[in-house]
Amino acid sequence: MIELKNLGKKYKSKNLEIVAIEDVNLTIKDGEIYGIIGLSGAGKSTLVRCINLLEIPTLGQVIIDGEDITKISRKKLLELRRSIGMIFQGFNLLEQRTVIRNVMFPLEIAGEKLDKAKTRAMELLKLIGLEDRASSYPSQLSGGQKQRVAIARALATNPKYLLCDEATSALDPNTTRSILDLLKQINDTMGVTIIVITHEMRVIDQICDRVAVLDQSRIAEEGKVSEVFINPKSKIAKELIFPDKKANFEIHGGRRIRLTFHPDYSMEPLISEMILECQIPISILFADIKEIDGGSYGQMIVELPSENKDAEKIITWLTNSVIEWQEEV
Amino acid sequence: MFSEMFLKLWNNGIIQKGIWETIYMTFLSSAIAYVIGLPLGVILNVTGKEGIRPMPILNRILGFIVNFFRSIPFIILMVAMLPVAKLIVGVSLGNKAMIVMLVIASTPYIARMVESSLKEVNAGVIEAAQSMGTNNIQIICKVLLPEAKPALITGAVISMVTILGYSAMSATIGGTGLGQIAISYGHQRFNSDVTWCCVFLTVIIVQIIQEFGMWIAHKTDKRIHD
Repeated sequence: MIELKNLGKKYKSKNLEIVAIEDVNLTIKDGEIYGIIGLSGAGKSTLVRCINLLEIPTLGQVIIDGEDITKISRKKLLELRRSIGMIFQGFNLLEQRTVIRNVMFPLEIAGEKLDKAKTRAMELLKLIGLEDRASSYPSQLSGGQKQRVAIARALATNPKYLLCDEATSALDPNTTRSILDLLKQINDTMGVTIIVITHEMRVIDQICDRVAVLDQSRIAEEGKVSEVFINPKSKIAKELIFPDKKANFEIHGGRRIRLTFHPDYSMEPLISEMILECQIPISILFADIKEIDGGSYGQMIVELPSENKDAEKIITWLTNSVIEWQEEV
Repeated sequence: MFSEMFLKLWNNGIIQKGIWETIYMTFLSSAIAYVIGLPLGVILNVTGKEGIRPMPILNRILGFIVNFFRSIPFIILMVAMLPVAKLIVGVSLGNKAMIVMLVIASTPYIARMVESSLKEVNAGVIEAAQSMGTNNIQIICKVLLPEAKPALITGAVISMVTILGYSAMSATIGGTGLGQIAISYGHQRFNSDVTWCCVFLTVIIVQIIQEFGMWIAHKTDKRIHD
């Protein structure tokens, strides 16, 4: 279990103090995939680096399995880092080493014998499906393959945790999907707790159990992915869930409400029923469907007629229906 | 076609000896200069602001010393360092003393060359290694130096060519080699064919070092080719 308590990090230069993260409190349970989402500059990268102390927090505690690691010796910290794998947006493979020697690298560092390290590395290459590229160099691989090698390398020392810093941001959608599937598989079969940092909602949708939304150095909201998705409370969460929706719809005077469709009713023509029964036209401003935990969650923003009576009629209909709704501000 | 002087020098094996002396001074000086310059460059890199172990005061002191020696023209440095050569090898004349000069002059240059080669190593790769629990010595030996290897070899080639140039200059205060032949037999005795012959031979040596060095650098670099 990883607990972050009252965590803060400030950078000081001569006449300027930059707050990277502030007052962060999080608990990441063993075995889950935890997402941290935010726009660039929100402090995500700093936050994830505080977990393995690549960045030293200026305030607060990082408690891993009950031990506050900000207080342990450097020697113990180096050992601890072997139980926390990490992968990066830029893959960061050693360019002058072959694929297999990249995977062997952390084992070498840990003082593992050469033949044992080789066997373990081959096992991992098999897992990621690149055993035939063992003696290739990173420059001969595609982005997705490089990230797979980086994953194998991060897993070499059998870590309990895996930190992913924008691991799919440099990849195309199909490759992203396959890397996320691999992470999910690693989580399922090896029980590795995974912490995913991203600015892309689809990454959170696809694999995360819980999510924290980071905004301007602080956690804006946190919870189960489906809950945050159905009922985002913070402005930033709404923006991330509807990335294409630029908040400036022309307001014609009508109220705008946001409808959420639960997967159980995804096959029913709810909107048609509403319009037919109320006999009132509405305009649809935004609509989207997302897959979370195998279910399809629909989101729609509609504008009600400016006539108050008509609007109330629809509201009443909605309140009695299975659709969840919320006034958009 | 050749002057009498040239044939005399050739027949007595003086030019051949000059070639050998130039090569031997260049290689030996480079080797010794790298023994000192490589660690110095590593220290400059790791203690720098962006390094893996920033130590601003040490970095500034070393940086100052390096800059100080680099800013003195070689010909002046040579004269100034004669007593030092005498202190180290017991003589202030001849090849032994010249090698001391060449090492003193080229070490700071090499240190900067090494420092900048190491700077080329992707910071992300260093960070990835740190995330695996590497200590700083392991980062230097297993990440920085191997990843910077092609740049280091290229730097070594450039350094050696510079040292070869210095070795010719050292002839003015008692060094030997092709430079000395060019000056004392060619220039001072008005045998321009001797001078040009020395220039030509120097060009060939430089070309060989350059081509061979770059070939190795390219061969060992795994980033570009299959």
